[in-house]
Amino acid sequence: MSGHSNWPEWIYVAVVIALMAWVGAEAWEAERLVEHVPADAKTIIVTGQQWFWTFEHEDGTKEIGELHVEVGKAYKFEIVSTDVNHSFNIHDYVVLIDAIPGRVNTVWFAPDKVGEHDIQCREYCGLIHYNMRGTLYVTEPLS
Amino acid sequence: MTLELQKPRPIWQIMFSTHHTDVGLLYLITSLTFLFLGGSLALGIRAELFYPGSQIIADSMTFNRIFTVHGTTLIFLFIIPFASAVGNYYVPIMVRYKDMAYPKLNAIAFWMIPPAGVLIWLGFADFTWYATPPYSIISAPGPAADMWIFGLKILGISSVLGALNFVVTILKCKHPDMSIGQIPLMAWAFLSSSLIIIVAIPTFAAALLMLLTDRLGVSGFFNPAMGGDPIAYAHLFWFTFHPEVYVLVIPAIGMMYEIIPRFSRKPIYSYNSGVFAFVMLSIVGFSSWAHHMYATGMSFTEKTVFMVGTLAAVPASAMHVFNFVATMWNGRIRFATPMMWAVGGIALFFSAGAGGVVNSAMPLDFTTHDTYWVVGHFHLFVMGTIAFGSIGYLYYMFPYVTGRMYNETWGKIHFVLSFIGTILVFFTQHVLGLYGMPRRIYDYPPIPEWIAMNQIATVGAMIIGISMAIFLANMIHSAGKGKPADTDDPFGLGGKYYYPFEAKNPSH
Ligand code: HEM
Ligand SMILES: [Cu+2]
Ligand SMILES: [Cu+2]
Repeated sequence: MSGHSNWPEWIYVAVVIALMAWVGAEAWEAERLVEHVPADAKTIIVTGQQWFWTFEHEDGTKEIGELHVEVGKAYKFEIVSTDVNHSFNIHDYVVLIDAIPGRVNTVWFAPDKVGEHDIQCREYCGLIHYNMRGTLYVTEPLS
Repeated sequence: MTLELQKPRPIWQIMFSTHHTDVGLLYLITSLTFLFLGGSLALGIRAELFYPGSQIIADSMTFNRIFTVHGTTLIFLFIIPFASAVGNYYVPIMVRYKDMAYPKLNAIAFWMIPPAGVLIWLGFADFTWYATPPYSIISAPGPAADMWIFGLKILGISSVLGALNFVVTILKCKHPDMSIGQIPLMAWAFLSSSLIIIVAIPTFAAALLMLLTDRLGVSGFFNPAMGGDPIAYAHLFWFTFHPEVYVLVIPAIGMMYEIIPRFSRKPIYSYNSGVFAFVMLSIVGFSSWAHHMYATGMSFTEKTVFMVGTLAAVPASAMHVFNFVATMWNGRIRFATPMMWAVGGIALFFSAGAGGVVNSAMPLDFTTHDTYWVVGHFHLFVMGTIAFGSIGYLYYMFPYVTGRMYNETWGKIHFVLSFIGTILVFFTQHVLGLYGMPRRIYDYPPIPEWIAMNQIATVGAMIIGISMAIFLANMIHSAGKGKPADTDDPFGLGGKYYYPFEAKNPSH
């Protein structure tokens, strides 16, 4: 078909493949690190339901729509749903995982600064999905 | 490549015809009708999101129904029928056969679309274009949801019938003097996308039936309350619909392969690499579906596998971009309206792919997933690449279909406004996603960055809306009153550029 030689395209394709390999390797390495839950992480059970979040701490205390955690500690969220799919999200800490009925999904984080952050639902769940929001309070350790 | 122009006939003769150009015309009119209907819904969504609080849509249920029907309409009732329109007009001519292989089946495949469209529009379901259980089973109101399911069922069958027809027409009815390596790249595009349809669609067809029986309460495949698994649905859905995104994009790329070399007045840089890239995409496209599901709680290994599968498809997409740029290089380019759309579409295709790579990298996807970033990403494909390629091709075939020329100045204004609008809406939505705004929300808290970017996006959408009104007026006016086209050389390129470069031009 084409009489000319095609080396520019081969170089181009090689560059694209190399770029993709690099992206993949970096992503693999980063994901491997962030999935490693620290052994001393405290567990918080997060329940999504139409259309609010409930949080249960290890000591049994419950909060609705608000979550208080202490700065500098690691927390492991165990996320469940009682009705339809939701997605638990603290965007500022890149915490994101779906709440799916019949499953327990886990994700962890360790807040490093005192402050307030938005909690929201990122998976469509019906009528009030747009307002299935809450607030994360990161406070100084009490003791 | 010219079409045989047919004399004007009463509309019912066209409706009952099985001739490929008549069926093509029916597809064309149907798809453009739904483009404008679905596009109007988008303007409603953007107007609502202009500012926090309720703007023009009274409640969230209505809003949810609007974005569901918007997405369903533009994917299944605009993009796919538009490709079928072009395929019907051109594929038989490209393989030098008198019609599609099965003309009656062809007409049947078309006539399944209007009733499906009516079902979807009368129902106006609210469960998003992926109808995820358990919401779609236990929460979504009927009969809207059931009408949507039936509508999609019908559209799926229509797609498969159309695809079988294209495959047989290309492989079996092609002129014996022509080898498969001589058919134009656009015919290769239809061959690849049709093969993907045949392999991919049955999976979703099964899932739809299971969803329906789950809704009726007689089964519990995806209903956790009955021991089912919603994740199973997600796998079935995306096994069909990731490959389906290539079904949407490949014909549009094929149309660009018709436009770019002609208007650059050069042969395509590499036919072989175009073919290779189409075939690669249709195979590798099947190895990446669960990149839509990183956040469902998949294991590290699963995520890695699907990330690699996704990245593996990128070089093939990139090869098309290279082929286009290399073809234009040193060409005597004539920037008539079709060329502007095609070149604009390639630029947006490139940006869209770059965003896709970010989504594929699993840790980054936790920032972008289900935010406006994803909305921006796929709209750069569906609007920026596919609608741009399609509209460019529509301008290109306009003189052949109507015998008249569209207004060139208004065609260019249409392009410039749409290009600016598309950048304003969808680039901005990427940034909005990085600020964390979830998709599919009726209202949002008054975060200053969110407000600013939503407003830019809404202004962009209105610019696109205006450009589409210009487009409609241009098409309607020119079809009846435009100046008669010189069908030997409607774009002033010199006649030989209209034929496949290998073929002899009969009239010059
Ligand atoms: C370079 C090639 C591409 C890559 C690497 C890529 C990657 C991705 C990834 C990883 C996602 C998931 C994002 C998320 O939900 O978090 C995604 C979503 C999506 N992509 Fe692409 N993509 C590519 C090409 C395409 C093409 C060609 C189309 C369509 C013609 C397309 C349409 C879509 C759609 C519709 C979604 C979102 C579906 C939804 O959630 O509603 N993509 N893409
Ligand atoms: Cu939600
Ligand atoms: Cu995909």
